[in-house]
Amino acid sequence: MSEPFLIGEAMTGGYGATDILHGCTIAVEKGEIAVIVGPNGAGKSTAMKAVFGMLNLRGGAVRLNGEDISKLSPQARVRKGMGFVPQTSNIFTTMTVEENLEMGAFIRADDIAGTMAQVYDLFPILKQKRHQAAGELSGGQRQQVAVGRALMTQPQVLMLDEPTAGVSPIVMDELFDRIIEVARTGISILMVEQNARQALEIADKGYVLVQGANRFTGTGAELLANPDVRRSFLGG
Amino acid sequence: MDILNALVAFLNFVFIPGLAYGSQLALGALALTLVYAVLRFSNFAHGDTMAFGTMWVILVTWALQSVGITGGVLPTALIALPFGIAITIAFVLATDRAVYRFYRRQKAAPIILVIVSTGVMFVMNGLTRVIIGPEEQNFADGARMILAPNDFKAWSGLAEGLAIKLTTVITVIVAAVCVAALFWFLQRTRTGKSMRAYSDNEDLALLSGINPERVVAITWILATALAVIAGTLYGLDKSYRPFIYFQLLLPMAAAAVVGGLGSPLGAIAGGFIIAFSEVFVTYAWKKIVTYLVSADMAPEGLLQLLTTDYKFAVSFAILILVLLVMPTGIFKGK
Repeated sequence: MSEPFLIGEAMTGGYGATDILHGCTIAVEKGEIAVIVGPNGAGKSTAMKAVFGMLNLRGGAVRLNGEDISKLSPQARVRKGMGFVPQTSNIFTTMTVEENLEMGAFIRADDIAGTMAQVYDLFPILKQKRHQAAGELSGGQRQQVAVGRALMTQPQVLMLDEPTAGVSPIVMDELFDRIIEVARTGISILMVEQNARQALEIADKGYVLVQGANRFTGTGAELLANPDVRRSFLGG
Repeated sequence: MDILNALVAFLNFVFIPGLAYGSQLALGALALTLVYAVLRFSNFAHGDTMAFGTMWVILVTWALQSVGITGGVLPTALIALPFGIAITIAFVLATDRAVYRFYRRQKAAPIILVIVSTGVMFVMNGLTRVIIGPEEQNFADGARMILAPNDFKAWSGLAEGLAIKLTTVITVIVAAVCVAALFWFLQRTRTGKSMRAYSDNEDLALLSGINPERVVAITWILATALAVIAGTLYGLDKSYRPFIYFQLLLPMAAAAVVGGLGSPLGAIAGGFIIAFSEVFVTYAWKKIVTYLVSADMAPEGLLQLLTTDYKFAVSFAILILVLLVMPTGIFKGK
């Protein structure tokens, strides 16, 4: 079996002296959606930040398309084709929607108009509000700006840290639909989600983390059907 | 009742001086606010950067004059200005490399950077004193008046004269051009937008591939250019004394805070608010009031709220008032 497109393998590490991740493995295939779920403090966001290079690993490796990128800075990983949407402060609030997208494409020297049009096709509301300050938008629209900004580099992998935190259920469904659309264009999606049930429903692959280690791994449907997972993490 | 004479006196003694002083403060405050927005500290060395840069403008002016190059009707200092700006930018960038970068890498707290900038202030202040000395220097040449008071009196037949100095006109025009150019740069260019992005959200700017060292360097270049321009305009319009420039830090800081720290638009508004407040409070209104009321009601006192010695108290009072009532300033700064 060939290796997944992006894999963080047996990652061990944390922010300070104590490890948060203990041999945790996260992977995503090309054009698929992988979801990391688990209880509070399980190290979900930490695992994703480790894949993106935002903390030092004491053990394990991160490989993108077969290349070891464990030593690269987050900025360098962006240039390698990884897009990251942080959970908070993920937009430039004082700048317009269009400027946010422009800044997303800062590292690109070529014409960005095509990518911007794609983002506007994906999120039509952003086109309407493109000259409005991003900080004036609603929570769901801000998330769309944040995802749009990350898409502007034309990444191969899009990493989302709780994209639906603090948005209403209707907006959440809408966002998930958009995320599926993004995946269909061939972009791999790796996301951390609090709304475990809904997230697993759209997931090709799910990872249940507990205390910084893999507890259950499987397709979204398998995890949803697994009685242990249901009882412990999905509320029955 | 003599409204026309009162109006002319008002223009001559209050409005025009306030406009020129406000333009100078606005440019200075813009530089302060830019540094605050990007580097996240109040640059105490700002006043002495103005003094240092203006010193070089003066030295180059003298050098130009000694070889017979002058600006003709315009002050020679305008020709010397680019040289002064270039020298000062080189000095400030070297300071950043040698001093500020070290603390930036340590992610030092803003208050530490403020103290560091105070150290830089002493060094620049000392250099200025060693090179040109603490005395007053006058370096304005060229035509003095665009409109002389006697010409105005002859033309209008009024008792009050209206004087418009060439340096005042230059100040207002140069300030307007600088502000327009700066806003165009920040709003329309990729580099300007990346500066705003970095100021808005540093982490996200890094994720977007914006190079922080480049943004910092451009900020220093812009802020230094503005500071030297403001200093030169102030020196041409009034006179040059290093200590006065150091003292200008207070009204400029007050202007930046009143407008909202980090907001360029706020710095401009703040500059004019502080300038006009100072002029209003320290001007002796007796003359204007005497024109406006009947002869028997003419005031006996000077009608001056504070002597000009206290003009810094005005900026201080406004600064404290703003911090108490609306700490984020008019344009919602930080």
